[in-house]
Amino acid sequence: MKGTVFTIFKKEMFRFLGDRKIVFGTILLPGIMIYFLYNFMGDALSNQLSVEEDYKASCYVEALPQELSGMLEQGFAIEEPSGKTPEEIKKSVREKKTDLYIVFPENFMQAVSEYDAGKETEKKAPLVEIYYNSSEPSSTEAYSEATMLLDAYESQMANKFDINLGSGEAEYDLATDEDSTATYFSSMLPMLLLIFLFSGSLAVAPESIAGEKERGTIATLLVTPVRRSHIVIGKIMALSITAMLSGISSTIGTVLSLPSLMAVDNSVNTSINGSVYGVREYLLLAVVIISTVLVLVTLLSIISAYSKSIKEAQTFTMPVMILVLLVGITAMFGSGAKKEWYFYCIPCYNSVQDMIGIFQFQADPVHILLTVCSNIIFVLLGIFVVTKMFHSEKILFNK
Amino acid sequence: MNELIKVNGLSKTFSLSAKQQKLEKTKEKKKTAVHNLSFTVYEGEIFGLLGPNGAGKTTTLRMLATLISPDEGDAVIDGCNIRTEPEQVREKIAFLTSELKLEDFFTPNYLFHFFSELYHVPEEAVEERRKMLFGVFGIDAFADVKLANLSTGMKQKVSLAISMVHLPNVIIFDEPTNGLDVLTAKVVTDFLLDLKKQGKTIIISTHIFSLIEKICDRAGVIINGKMAVCDSLDKICAGMSLEDRFFELYQQNAGGEAE
Repeated sequence: MKGTVFTIFKKEMFRFLGDRKIVFGTILLPGIMIYFLYNFMGDALSNQLSVEEDYKASCYVEALPQELSGMLEQGFAIEEPSGKTPEEIKKSVREKKTDLYIVFPENFMQAVSEYDAGKETEKKAPLVEIYYNSSEPSSTEAYSEATMLLDAYESQMANKFDINLGSGEAEYDLATDEDSTATYFSSMLPMLLLIFLFSGSLAVAPESIAGEKERGTIATLLVTPVRRSHIVIGKIMALSITAMLSGISSTIGTVLSLPSLMAVDNSVNTSINGSVYGVREYLLLAVVIISTVLVLVTLLSIISAYSKSIKEAQTFTMPVMILVLLVGITAMFGSGAKKEWYFYCIPCYNSVQDMIGIFQFQADPVHILLTVCSNIIFVLLGIFVVTKMFHSEKILFNK
Repeated sequence: MNELIKVNGLSKTFSLSAKQQKLEKTKEKKKTAVHNLSFTVYEGEIFGLLGPNGAGKTTTLRMLATLISPDEGDAVIDGCNIRTEPEQVREKIAFLTSELKLEDFFTPNYLFHFFSELYHVPEEAVEERRKMLFGVFGIDAFADVKLANLSTGMKQKVSLAISMVHLPNVIIFDEPTNGLDVLTAKVVTDFLLDLKKQGKTIIISTHIFSLIEKICDRAGVIINGKMAVCDSLDKICAGMSLEDRFFELYQQNAGGEAE
C-alpha cells in the first residue's frame, strides 16, 4: 500500500508544485495579497477616520455662558453666529464647512442652578443641543470632545465622587499585550483561518478529482492494478499539503498585517502581535490546522468525485462554503471556547472552538485530542465514500 | 491451443438519461449494450472484434479491462476472473482506448516512470524498457516535452508505449489506429504484429476491415451487442471479402436497424 499511495502522492505534488501558475496563484499570491490588502485597508481607514493632532474644530456656539467659554475655547475655534440663522449654520455643518453647532439655552447657568434633579418637579433640565456631521471624522471627534467636556463639567457641579481622576486610561487598563492579542486574534483568526484553508482546498481539490474525470485521465489510473482506495488516499494527502501551504501563506499575511488593520480602532492596543504566542500554542494550532485541512479536503473530494466537471464541482461547493463561513463567524460571538465535550465532535466547529482556546491561552489538550480523533474518523469515512464513488461506473463515467 | 481469454455470456445494460434518450431517439430508459457475449481468445493470436459504432465493442473491452462490471456472465484472463480478481487482471493486461487520456502537464519520460512504479516494474528494468518502447514509437526526441505540446499522433504513441510499461502477456486495444495518419497507423500495426511474434495475445476492436484482414488470426463480429459470428477469418468470409460478408451479417442480424 505504502508504495502506490506514495507514488500517487508524489505525482500529485509534482503536478501542483511543478506548475508555476498553481504555486503562485494558490500558494504565494493569497498571502501577499492579504498582507498588502489589509495594510492598505488599515492605512486607508486610519487616514479616513483620524484627525490631525493640532487640528482645532470650527464651532458655532449660541448663548455661550461666560463660565464655559474658557474651557471650550481651548479645544475649539469658537465663532459667533452673528447674523447667521440656525438653519444656515446647520447647513454649514451638513456641508462639512463647520464641525459643530452648540446651542445653549438663554441664561443657561441660572437655569442649571435652579434645577434640582432630586426634586420631583415639572421643570425639565436645561437642554444643550449639539449638531454635528457623523460622516466627517473631524466633526465626529469634535462632538465626542464637546460631549466629554460638558459631561465632565456637569459631574464637577455635582461632584459626589470621581472616577480615574487625573490619570491616563493606560494606568487603569490592566490588560497585557497578551490579553489584547488574545481578544482580537481569537475573534478574528479562527474565521479567517477556516476561510483560508477552505479556499486553499477549493483551489486544488476540484482540479485534481473532477478535473481528472473531466479530462479522462482518471480512467487511465483506474486501469492500473492500483487499488481505488490508494488513489484516493494519495490524492487527499497531496491536496491537504497544498491546501495547507496556501493556508499558511494566507495566515502569515494576516498575522503580519492584522496590527495595522486593527490600529484603525483607537480602543485597540496597537502592540498586539502573534509573537505573544509560544511554541506550545503554535504546535497545538498546527495540529488543529492539519486535521481541519484533512476534513475540508475530504469534504471537497467527495463533492468533486460526484461532479462531472470542475465547474460543476465549484457550483456544488458554494453552499458548503457558506456553511463553513457561518461556522467561522461563530468565533466572533460568545465568550471563549465551549466547555462541553460534544462540541468537539462536530468537524469544522470543533476546529473553530479549539482555535479560540489556543488564541486565548486556554487550550484544553483533551478537547484538541477529541477534535483530532473525530476529524480523523470523518476523514476515514470520507475516504471510504470517495473510494466507493471511484468504484461506481455511474459516477465515474456518466457524462 | 491454450485458451488465454475465455468470455462467458457477458451482458451489460446502461440506464439512459433524458439527454441520452433524446440523442438515441428512444423512450426506453435502459439500453442493452452487450447481450450474452461469449468468445475465446487463444494464446499468441490476434483476435479482432469487428462491428459498427455502438455495437458494444468498447463496452466489451471495458468489461474485460475491469473498468466496468458486467451485469451477467464473466471472463477469465490468463487465469484471473474479471469479477473476483480485478486487480490481478489489470496487472496482466495492457488496455488502451480513446477514453484513456494522459495528463497534458507531464512529459512522456515522467509518465513512463510513474506508470512503471504503479505496475511495480523493477527499477533496473525501467530504463531499458523505456528506451526500447520509446525507440519503437520514435518518442525519444520528445521524451522531455510536455504532452500538451505534442501532436495527436505523438500522444497516441506515448499512450501506447506507456500502456506497455509492464510488458504484459495480454494486450487489449480499442480502435488503436483510430484518428491516426497512415504513417503512425503503420507504426502501430507493425508494433502489434511484432508483439504477436513475441507470443503476446492481443484483442483489438475496430471497424476497419483492412486492419482485421491484415493482422487478425480470428475475429468476432458484434452487431447490436450480440456476437453474430466468431471464427477464423477464412471461415467467416467463406470466399467473400470481409466487407461483403460483414454487410451480409449486418442485414441478417440488425433487424432492419441499418444506419
